[in-house]
Amino acid sequence: MKYIDEYRNKELVKNLVNKIGEIAHREVSLMEVCGGHTWAIQKFGIPSLLPENVRLLSGPGCPVCVTSKRFIDQAVAYSRMDDVIITTFGDLIRVPGSTSSLDKEKSKGADVRMVYSVIDALDIAKKHPDKKVIFLGIGFETTAPGTAAGIKNAAEQQLDNFFVLSSHKVMPPAMGALIDEGVKIDGYIAPGHVSTITGSGIYADIPEKYGVACVISGFEPVDILQSVYMLLQQINKQDYKVEIQYSRTVKPEGNPLALKIMNEVFEPVNDWWRGFGMLPESGLGIRGDFARFDADRMIAVEVEETADEKGCICGEILKGLKKPHDCRLFGKVCNTTNPVGACMVSHEGACNAYFRFNA
Amino acid sequence: MEKNILLGHGSGGRLMHSLIRDLFIKYFDNPFLAQQSDSAILDLPPGKTAFTTDSYVIDPVFFPGGDIGKLAVCGTVNDLAVAGATPRYITAAFIIEEGLPMEELERIVASMAEEAKKAGVLIVTGDTKVVNKGQCDKLFINTAGIGELETAHAPIGTGEHIAAGDKILLNGPIAQHGMAIMAVRNFGNFNTSIQSDCSCLNHMIREVLDTGARVKFMRDATRGGLATVMCEMATQRGLGVEVNEEDVPVDDNVRGMCELLGFDPFYVANEGKLVMVVHPEDAEMVIQTMKNNPLGRDAAIIGELTGNHPGKAALQTAIGGKRIMDMLAGEQLPRIC
Repeated sequence: MKYIDEYRNKELVKNLVNKIGEIAHREVSLMEVCGGHTWAIQKFGIPSLLPENVRLLSGPGCPVCVTSKRFIDQAVAYSRMDDVIITTFGDLIRVPGSTSSLDKEKSKGADVRMVYSVIDALDIAKKHPDKKVIFLGIGFETTAPGTAAGIKNAAEQQLDNFFVLSSHKVMPPAMGALIDEGVKIDGYIAPGHVSTITGSGIYADIPEKYGVACVISGFEPVDILQSVYMLLQQINKQDYKVEIQYSRTVKPEGNPLALKIMNEVFEPVNDWWRGFGMLPESGLGIRGDFARFDADRMIAVEVEETADEKGCICGEILKGLKKPHDCRLFGKVCNTTNPVGACMVSHEGACNAYFRFNA
Repeated sequence: MEKNILLGHGSGGRLMHSLIRDLFIKYFDNPFLAQQSDSAILDLPPGKTAFTTDSYVIDPVFFPGGDIGKLAVCGTVNDLAVAGATPRYITAAFIIEEGLPMEELERIVASMAEEAKKAGVLIVTGDTKVVNKGQCDKLFINTAGIGELETAHAPIGTGEHIAAGDKILLNGPIAQHGMAIMAVRNFGNFNTSIQSDCSCLNHMIREVLDTGARVKFMRDATRGGLATVMCEMATQRGLGVEVNEEDVPVDDNVRGMCELLGFDPFYVANEGKLVMVVHPEDAEMVIQTMKNNPLGRDAAIIGELTGNHPGKAALQTAIGGKRIMDMLAGEQLPRIC
């Protein structure tokens, strides 16, 4: 298949693996911070191809995994209201909150619908004028412009029964926080699709402030291996910078149109990340101009008290401090059928990917 | 006949009798059914008998490449055939939602009749119930089936003779049924040429068994897809399974849609795909036999059983990496970004 097979070419992969072997002189830890990368790395069996001294860590790149429990609890509370339809990306349905999940509420009769984009949610709102339709906005800069466009669309059509509960986040604060917390990272495999929207400028601090290598990578095996090679070159030469491997999609300036819509609707807010706690200016809140579409402001609901994690080490896994196998729940109490932590739910989650591809 | 199904069509009265006469007997026409007794009285040769049942609930009931009726016949015929049996008789029980257009029911019944004829099975008895609107989704069908099983083929169903070194064969490209349904169900405007692979495999299987090849195990890779069958084989037989991703055929249109949605074709449902475990010396011959049948045109050896990593299914990825295959936990969900 064109544009796929070229990037999965066995000979190219072999060449890259050999070249990586030639320049992998010391122990390095490279972290991917996009769930799509985590998934691709495990799916293609890339760790089995790399030299032992090149270690790949999975960071906080799965939107479902970093979403706070409080957010799930609030969505659950909304779903229990008679006049509410919850619309969400599928993965979120199974994430456990403090005492329930959307999945469980659905089985008790809540109207929870899986959608593929915010457009589906708008359609549902139009079809059910007597209901409040709440779209759960999660994801990084990749999905935030879509949600923003949805809100603008609702404003233009004067849809007064469409709302967004936003847990959208931006990536750079978490990447900085990880290094600040002392996680040993020699290089970042930076997220390709986030960067398609934002451009490469958002990572400037990574090499400049932290002295850490940074390559924006595509999602196919050849992309990822080439990015590993480029990172090793930067590390060997101690010449740290932001490079774009995924140049067929990512432009240094990003996508100005998407950025404009995103900034028009959202503003940076302090936000809570599972595993990290509060990170300054790491979330995207809905601006005052669009407050009437903000579920949090417009629909009052009592949310249960957030329960503590039950022995999960999701936080340390999201930071790359520990691997899924280090968790005593992993593969036993916590598995893909019965996820305890969010990392086991989404197929972009590190625990889920490790469980399915390495168990 | 009425234009739509009424509650009375399930009441046991005149409406029901006319439905049986003008629809079911008309299409399924055979001497067993014509007796209209409470039980079909069958002739079975001495020896072993295979017996199976399955219920079909699918939305939408008509899909590219088939419909719920065809699916119900193929599913039961295949369940018998992969146990090594020759399917003979099947039953058909319908639970119908009030208001279903008669024309739709007729198309479904005609399609069952056509598929049964092709497979060489007779639909010998059945049942009809009608429920209030909203109590079922258009139409549910249950089919049970009986097949004759030669004693020599009895171990195929359980796979008890599987051994390390045996080859794993597949009759063609995977993930067509699941993606065809996905396309019509969720993306009405998604313009694809993907067709369900829904088909009866019994004739192709018979052709293989008639060669005398040492077939150790068969299973149709339906829900849960190819990966699930591989995992079941590994855990149930206590052997390792090794599959070579490159050798597993996936059509480009199916692959494209899977890539777009973040689905793994290895876990997507099939309705006409067969996994066969064969003695290594017979594998090539079986592949040639399958290839002579249109349903096995793209048949391939996709892997083998091994004494290594017992209980686990490993995949040699297309780029040369290696990883484990696990069973799917819930439904596959499209990725977020």
